[in-house]
Amino acid sequence: MALQPYSSPVEHIWFWTFRIFCALVLIFLMLPVLVIIPLSFSSGSFLTYPLPGFSLQWYQTIFSSGPWMDALKNSMIVAPLATILAMVFGTMAAVGLNRADFPGKGLLLALLISPMVVPLVIVAVGMYFFFASVGLLNSYAGLVLAHAVLGVPFVVITVNATLQGFDYNQMRAGASLGASPLRVFFTVVLPQIIPGVASGGLFAFATSFDEVVVALFIASPTERTLPMQMFSGIRENISPAIAAMATIMILLSVLLLLVMELLRRRSENLRSTQ
Amino acid sequence: MTAAMATLEQSPSGKTSGLKAQLRRAERLRKIKAVALIAPLAIFLIIIFVIPIGNMLWRSIDNTELQQVMPVTAAMVQEWDGSDLPNEAVFASFAHEIRDSRSGGGLGRIGRRLNYEDPTFRTLLTNTIRHLPAEADSWTLALQEISPRWGETSTWLAIQRAAPATTDRYLLASVDLKRNDAGKIEAVEQNQRIYQSVFKRTLLIAGGVTLICLFLGFPLAYLLATLPTGTSNLLLIFVLLPFWTSLLVRTAAWIVMLQSGGLVNTGLIMSGIIDTPIQLVFNRIGVFFAMVHILLPFMVLPLYSVMKGVSPSYQRAAVSLGAHPFAAFWQVYVPQTISGIAAGTILVFIMAIGYYITPALVGGPSDQMVSYYVAYYTNTTNNWGMAAALGSLLLLATLLLYLIYHKLVNQKQLVRS
Repeated sequence: MALQPYSSPVEHIWFWTFRIFCALVLIFLMLPVLVIIPLSFSSGSFLTYPLPGFSLQWYQTIFSSGPWMDALKNSMIVAPLATILAMVFGTMAAVGLNRADFPGKGLLLALLISPMVVPLVIVAVGMYFFFASVGLLNSYAGLVLAHAVLGVPFVVITVNATLQGFDYNQMRAGASLGASPLRVFFTVVLPQIIPGVASGGLFAFATSFDEVVVALFIASPTERTLPMQMFSGIRENISPAIAAMATIMILLSVLLLLVMELLRRRSENLRSTQ
Repeated sequence: MTAAMATLEQSPSGKTSGLKAQLRRAERLRKIKAVALIAPLAIFLIIIFVIPIGNMLWRSIDNTELQQVMPVTAAMVQEWDGSDLPNEAVFASFAHEIRDSRSGGGLGRIGRRLNYEDPTFRTLLTNTIRHLPAEADSWTLALQEISPRWGETSTWLAIQRAAPATTDRYLLASVDLKRNDAGKIEAVEQNQRIYQSVFKRTLLIAGGVTLICLFLGFPLAYLLATLPTGTSNLLLIFVLLPFWTSLLVRTAAWIVMLQSGGLVNTGLIMSGIIDTPIQLVFNRIGVFFAMVHILLPFMVLPLYSVMKGVSPSYQRAAVSLGAHPFAAFWQVYVPQTISGIAAGTILVFIMAIGYYITPALVGGPSDQMVSYYVAYYTNTTNNWGMAAALGSLLLLATLLLYLIYHKLVNQKQLVRS
């Protein structure tokens, strides 16, 4: 909807109404993220404006508090391990899916994507009973396996998309020059699909780092992750310490967003040079 | 590849048929390799994901408590015709098995199961055990002496309903139905109906959130798709940053914004619209604000990607042919974005009906959706049959919608290719 010199006054009004509407939607999207950051620097103990004064006390609170640091540590153990598991399994499967056609391929793909679709509470209850019966309830291993399952679809989808433009003659060329299939994969295929693998991995990491429903069911206070700590913090006693942690997590999202953008550019460059 | 094989088939010499076999072998090898690459993930998902969920769904019809704790009684009571009291053999086996059930927690399990039939059953069982004589000439009389309820057929009918290996009571209960003593399906009493309203509420919240997302997301996606790339990439950050921000952070932010001393109330008071703060959080309003905020990017992004591929020339052509700009927009532009609208709408709706955390944190007791009740029955009351039944219905709805989504998106790809 561009404004032309010949546009009528009514069109002018519509044009500006439309623009203002969109601006309001953008503000709606950004405002909560922006509002919570200043509150983390409050010298008071309430989450209200105007701020009584500037202070770093709430950062000191979370960095010196046992529960918050334990939760951060737990998330830093679980998320990378779950991500690695999802990346390895997911990449292998995506390469396999692109290598050949066989009956039931569509069904198989639906299976690999399904953890993304099934409501989390159902995954959580199912895993709760299963892990209880095999002794994985309240363990790091259980949490890692559960989060790997939730991260896998993202890796399959992104790697699958990256492989769409991949020329398989390169693999034949590598093989004809005497390289083993594994060597062909690591020196020819992987460097080209790495943006897809990495962005799938980032999605998987973000999923694990933000996942609370399954964790609430299958983890005990010992394995309490950061989202679990946030959840109980919001529920029991919402203080500026939550805002401080939220600010740190927003910084992390900015970082994730930047890395994603870099990966996107890299994969576009790769595609345009082909 | 197929063309090459076709020419090979035409040539009659033995050498080429050897080549054909080789080709076929190579092709088969490739398939085996492909399957071998997929197998680890498929097996991993089947063990950690598919079997646990299947097992959970099974619990919605599982009825084996009585069979495990009282195998003989369960088998005998199923053969009883239900008209008069069961015979002495049933009474005797019941008396022996209820005595044995005290060890190993069996009593607690059948007590919980039979309480679903009649909420006073557990008391009856513990009372019976306490007064059970060591020996009796007639267990029929001995049990009736402890409680006259053992002389009522309705008590034994309840036990009979708990005896088969499977039951439909949880699935029926999850839509506010039950079986009466005669075995006919009927609606539960008016004051005990909860799940129909829970499902209605879930669909209402999810539908409302989806419509608001479409209303807010469509114009925004349109703006992003029509602006010059530099500007639109910049504005896209406004969509992507919240998208990447933790769900809990955003939920917390909404509680902060909507609370009585929060930014929204302060703003409304300062602008003179209201005098005293209004309740915006821990009710339906808060749920809508937070859920729309969290799900809006899932509407904008698919719409944006479809709109990027729509050429503006058709709309211009319509205007140049004399159509009113609004008519051109509605009749020419919007129909071209229908696949994006469908994808975004179904995606948001699928995600919304499974929501648990956000309503739990920013909603009140009457804003909880199906997921909340699944979690409640699993963690708080240990009524796993009920949790599984509600979960099965939620899963069924989700999978059906996903199937539609899949069909639509596939068709879109077909059209493009």
